[in-house]
Amino acid sequence: MSDVIATNQTILVVGGGISGMTAALEAAECGKQVILIEKSPSLGGRVSQLYRYFPKLCHPTCGLEINNRRTKMNKNLRIMTMAEVAAVSGEAGNYSVKVKVSPRYVNENCTACGDCAKVVETEFDDEFNYGLGKRKGAYLQHKMAHPQRYVLDPRVIGTDDATKAKEACKYDAIDLDMQEEEIDLTVGAIIWATGWQPYDAAKIQPYGYDRIANVITSVEFERLCDPHGPTGGKILRPSDGQEAKNVAMIQCAGSRDQNHLKHCSRICCMASLKHANYVNEKYGEEGQSTIYYIDIRAIDRIDDFYRRVQELPNVTFTKSKVASVVENKENGNPVLHGVDTEGYNRYANEHDLVVLAIGMEPSVPADAFPVEVKINEEGFIEADESNGAVFAAGCSADALDVNRAVQNATASALRAIQVINSVAGAEG
Amino acid sequence: MSNLNTEMIEKYRNNFLKEVTANVEEGEWVKMCMQCGVCSGSCPFGPHWDHPPQELFMMIRAGKREEVLTSSSMWMCTSCYNCIVRCPRGLPITHIMHGLAHYADRLGMAPKEQPTMKFAHKFWDNIVKNGRVNELKLSLGVYFMNGIAEGIKTSLKMQAVGLGMYKAKRLNPMEFFGGHTVKDKSGMQAIIEKAKEIEEAKIKKFEG
Ligand code: SF4
Ligand code: SF4
Repeated sequence: MSDVIATNQTILVVGGGISGMTAALEAAECGKQVILIEKSPSLGGRVSQLYRYFPKLCHPTCGLEINNRRTKMNKNLRIMTMAEVAAVSGEAGNYSVKVKVSPRYVNENCTACGDCAKVVETEFDDEFNYGLGKRKGAYLQHKMAHPQRYVLDPRVIGTDDATKAKEACKYDAIDLDMQEEEIDLTVGAIIWATGWQPYDAAKIQPYGYDRIANVITSVEFERLCDPHGPTGGKILRPSDGQEAKNVAMIQCAGSRDQNHLKHCSRICCMASLKHANYVNEKYGEEGQSTIYYIDIRAIDRIDDFYRRVQELPNVTFTKSKVASVVENKENGNPVLHGVDTEGYNRYANEHDLVVLAIGMEPSVPADAFPVEVKINEEGFIEADESNGAVFAAGCSADALDVNRAVQNATASALRAIQVINSVAGAEG
Repeated sequence: MSNLNTEMIEKYRNNFLKEVTANVEEGEWVKMCMQCGVCSGSCPFGPHWDHPPQELFMMIRAGKREEVLTSSSMWMCTSCYNCIVRCPRGLPITHIMHGLAHYADRLGMAPKEQPTMKFAHKFWDNIVKNGRVNELKLSLGVYFMNGIAEGIKTSLKMQAVGLGMYKAKRLNPMEFFGGHTVKDKSGMQAIIEKAKEIEEAKIKKFEG
């Protein structure tokens, strides 16, 4: 890693999700030197954890495949995974960045044959599946992982599993002596694309996410529907592994609420419409989706999709913010209580499964930024002169869907390029 | 119809929301309601009243003046504060409910036999006399609220509670002859007069 060369004409992109990848590729394809760092073992971020995504309901395998190809073809772009920014100093056109690289315990020799994973026995909650399934202590983050290289969980280091893994590897790719490294980079501009995380659903006390097994979040539902997910694409509910055919979606779970996130998370209405569509695809007439909403915010061309979902015979829209969810102890069904706004009718509706359309919050808390930037009330980075040449991209800047995140990332790439050009001009 | 009522109808012709904004305690919040329904769904009164808070707020905006002010709904609020803690818009719902009840009462439009209102009146009359609640007179007053026969029945039923309160020094039989007061009784009454004056001036001042 010590061979990473960077100058004040290099652009650093922090975060390898769809926004970071886009920003990095746009800048690199314009001929700029770019270093892309990602905290986890592979690129792709939250988009890779979706079953399908807007605007065209593609499988992420498709969109990411294109981006992965672009990264492989571009010699201006260098990628560092398992790397995090520890500190930043300096100013626009000349930043010093300290990057912490965690040991992967697997080197470039890895062919992703998977022999190590076969012999390792210890299992851990699979972060990629939001803990809905298990993975081995030696693993590939997901099938599309780029780089295609296994990782050893630091928790198995020093155990028999580690030695077994090393012995099983035919390519001498496992290096148990790898240490954490610290690298100093000089860069001219920084694109900050650390993205979002789902709001902590347990904080929405009346919905019982922490008490009722069959109350899950929208990101978890994506994993259930994905054929590569923990249930092989079957919508099985957590309490008893039965198929859930009568599914309720609760909108604004944690968003637009002074007790939680004040902002509209923008993606959740569309996510629920998409989920109703999944249920319809899987079960046809046997399936039933009920969307409980305050108002549906299907923006611009998504409105067509909204209309199509409205026409499905097995999708019901109930205009009401659900007041509380309780569990029917006999069958584990969640029962939704509330009053609807079209007639003020009180309801107590039983469903097989409840999916909370969970809100989006920035993944870096406002007080944990290693760099001086202006943060707004919602925790997103505000565009401001005082940020120098640190530009937010995607969900670091606002709650955005993939479409808008990519546009936003391209804009930030252009801003960074302008800084680099003026540095280059001055040094001419 | 009270004079104040006629005056207010004149002043806010067809704009009940403005009237509520001007005259009801915390009434300026009504327009902030986004009709999500969480308050209604969280209210323990559930199905037992005519209009849950969300509906009352919509009725105000729809100008249903008569229906809102003569409703018994806001008198049913138990001040449990469930709605306030859950409202995503931060509306002080409980206070608005009480504000509406109080305003309806001022206008003489509150339902006549509403027990909560009767109790509220008794409580008020009781406390403004001495600045302290005279528990004995208040309880007796409430027991006999619906006539002598029922009063005796209730008093007998509540005997044990009364005795318990007496032992715990919460109820003093001597209260019957006057009762305890605040130190500066006339000062306290002056405060109440002033408060009334301010409230009236506020209602007068608001230009629709
Ligand atoms: S909870 Fe608040 S915003 Fe929702 S209907 Fe009630 S008052 Fe309106
Ligand atoms: S405070 Fe009043 S209106 Fe609000 S939930 Fe409790 S009883 Fe209902």
